[in-house]
Amino acid sequence: MKTLTLDQVDDLALGATLLGTGGGGDPYVARLMLRQAISTYGPVGIVDARELPADGLVMTVAVVGAPTVLLEKIPAGTEFVAAIEALASYLGRAPVALMPIEVGGFNTLVPMAVAAEMGLPVVDADGMRRAFPQVEMTVFTLAGIKASPMSVADEKGNLCVFETNTNQLGETLVRGAVMSLTLANAFSSYSMNASSVIQHAITGSVTYCMELGRLLAAVQRGEEGAYGRFLSASDGRIIFSGVISDVHRETTEGFSKGTVTIESRDNAERVMQVAIQNEFLVAWENGEPVVTVPDLICILDAETAIPINTETLGYGQRVNVVGLPCAPEWHQEGMLEVAGPRAFGFDLDYKGWLT
Amino acid sequence: MMLRLGIDVGGTNTDAVLVDGAGAVLAAHKAPTTADPLDGISAAIQAVSRGADLSRIRQAMLGTTHSANAIIQRLGLGRVAVLRLAAPSSLAVSPGADWPDDLRDSVITEGGYEYDGRVIADLDEEAIRRFTTEAQKAGTVAVSCAFSPANFEHELRAAEILAEELGEDFPISLSHRVGTLGLLERENATILNAALQGVAKAVVDGLDNALASHGIDAASYITQNDGTLMTSAHALAMPVLSLASGPTNSMRGACSLAGLADAIVVDVGGTSTDIGILVDGFPRESAAAVYVGGVRTNFRMPDLISMGLGGGTIVRPDVTGVTVGPDSVGYRVTSDALVSGGSTLTLSDISVAGGRLQDFGDASAVDDLDPATVDRALSWVDEQLAAHCERMKASRRPMPLLAVGGGAHLVSERVSGASEVIRPRHYEVANAFGAAISEASGTVDRVYQYGSSSREECLEAARAEALASAVEAGADPDQTRITSVVEVPMTYVPGGGCRVQVKAAGPLGG
Repeated sequence: MKTLTLDQVDDLALGATLLGTGGGGDPYVARLMLRQAISTYGPVGIVDARELPADGLVMTVAVVGAPTVLLEKIPAGTEFVAAIEALASYLGRAPVALMPIEVGGFNTLVPMAVAAEMGLPVVDADGMRRAFPQVEMTVFTLAGIKASPMSVADEKGNLCVFETNTNQLGETLVRGAVMSLTLANAFSSYSMNASSVIQHAITGSVTYCMELGRLLAAVQRGEEGAYGRFLSASDGRIIFSGVISDVHRETTEGFSKGTVTIESRDNAERVMQVAIQNEFLVAWENGEPVVTVPDLICILDAETAIPINTETLGYGQRVNVVGLPCAPEWHQEGMLEVAGPRAFGFDLDYKGWLT
Repeated sequence: MMLRLGIDVGGTNTDAVLVDGAGAVLAAHKAPTTADPLDGISAAIQAVSRGADLSRIRQAMLGTTHSANAIIQRLGLGRVAVLRLAAPSSLAVSPGADWPDDLRDSVITEGGYEYDGRVIADLDEEAIRRFTTEAQKAGTVAVSCAFSPANFEHELRAAEILAEELGEDFPISLSHRVGTLGLLERENATILNAALQGVAKAVVDGLDNALASHGIDAASYITQNDGTLMTSAHALAMPVLSLASGPTNSMRGACSLAGLADAIVVDVGGTSTDIGILVDGFPRESAAAVYVGGVRTNFRMPDLISMGLGGGTIVRPDVTGVTVGPDSVGYRVTSDALVSGGSTLTLSDISVAGGRLQDFGDASAVDDLDPATVDRALSWVDEQLAAHCERMKASRRPMPLLAVGGGAHLVSERVSGASEVIRPRHYEVANAFGAAISEASGTVDRVYQYGSSSREECLEAARAEALASAVEAGADPDQTRITSVVEVPMTYVPGGGCRVQVKAAGPLGG
């Protein structure tokens, strides 16, 4: 077992911002939550699922709600414990560890803070190793593991547990509950045994996130050769460098959609376009797809190497577009239906990782 | 005709101008900022008022980076007791959690609102009364509350209780008056406001004493981030609102001196350069969170890029080219630069050697400079300025560029993305001029029920009241106009409540 200490929180948060691929929620508040939880309760154990009893229960926990409400309504901490305990009580057993659903964005850090408070370890695994907007967009779905049963709780002692036959109905019920519980809540789903985590989850994603954060922080400090080390550890590529010449946005049905256009400074003929749907999903150069979802597209400030999210993109920014391959666990039957370009409405085949 | 005194205290220089009612500059002065900034203010007032009829000076306006420097250097900041009304929510992040050091005591108590206007919990009045112990120990209080930008009843009630217990004069900063949506950022801004009370008092008293000691009987004002004036009393209560007034004054001064309302403004000082955008004569405001001394806040600030490039920036030739900055000799450029008889190669020396700066020191001191070094350093300057100007523009459309400040000579005659480069007359004291032409303003901040009368009727009433209050503050009625309208809807509340903030501003009347 490894431990997550206070001095590693910033690397983890930076890695989470990177793997948010432009979305996933700003981890600012989550980072402060985790710092406070570790200061109060001590460091968090990070375990390999194989260190847990095979039939031990692993539970996930996340924030669910409206991003603008979460800016005003900071979590209490108690709602996460309540959501976990309610679902554990429904299942009739207590968890041996917690796990993030998504390592990417805000929800990467939440299970760590809750685990510190509950005295549980966190499994070094997740269901996405990037951010996605919907709860069924996981490798668990590929393995036939359902999000249900699931629970939603608030900070005042209100909670509910759902069991549904389909993920769609689950999503509908969760949205209804969250509306009534004031749009800033705790959510637990995808409970599974440690043996299922070993078999079906993306393993090592927490340490991957922290390592990428650590290497990117070195790039930001301007250390010699740091970009090379960052790219080689992540198997990433700088797929384009240039200046943002246009940002087109529209908000439809609660999702922010749009396109960002980047022009090369060296060669006026070269133009990259990146499609946004909460996250960056597809990158085209001169009309040809270069990187497609579920592989990751990250836009970094060319000078500071700070990851730029979809809200802060602006005309004139000088950027590097970095492609990262998705977790290898995604490459199995059903990936394209759950998380390929067509799952987001693009009339486009999955490009495959750059070779 | 009456006269106005504009003063700007920057990190490197203290500038002052004496301006007549028509906006003409009668006298200007620029001198290094003194160790105690108040000495520099006094010297500047003396220099520009020499020979003038002092009885005609009716108004004195001060813009200063004093508060910003106090935060950056952590000098003179008061201890703050923080009261957050939000429990049982928000307990996972304590007030001031990302402050670099511990300046505060804090309590999170029951109260605050949901997004839909319902209370999270009823206000715990007893807990607020108990909080007076911490408040008394600290000497100043910051109060924050969940969703207070839309509902500020709980903050007002908490202030009432604290005033009952601690007296009417006890300084209390309320978050809904300081910042916008984003509890932690607004709370941080409120803590800063509370911590700056002592610094603000020193500045306001210093200005008043300096005026009195020179026999000037003028109304004194402090300039705000948005280019309007605060009375001394308001400046004492809301110091955070003047934090970024230096760059604002510089931008507004530049635009008025050049007779333009829309432009990129590049203000090159001794140590750093600020680049901002003027829209309709006012600085474009930043939409993103703003970091002040490492603390994330969200009050309204001009959208600026600052970079380490100034007249005193140190240039170091090396085998592969040159390294420029980021360190600077600052105001010692008049003694340490080569052309000043010193031994440090600065951007001012480069500018002299490259023909951009004339009549500054002894040009023969840079005769032996390698022309390649000069070219490389100037290319670096041009490249940096062009990149940052492009970043600040919201679109590809070229805009005029106004170069101001003591280091404006460094800006090349042509900058890509700029339709022209203009150095207006008196460009070196644009910031003090900007302070002198700041406008009087009036604001309305109230919750209206759109159910009982129409939205347009409510907005019209708010506009009229803001205009009247600006005129009351001294604005010329003929030139007063609405400068901003912000509506924060309280959605899902029966009757459709909405917080409306309207601001009006106009130049001071004769």
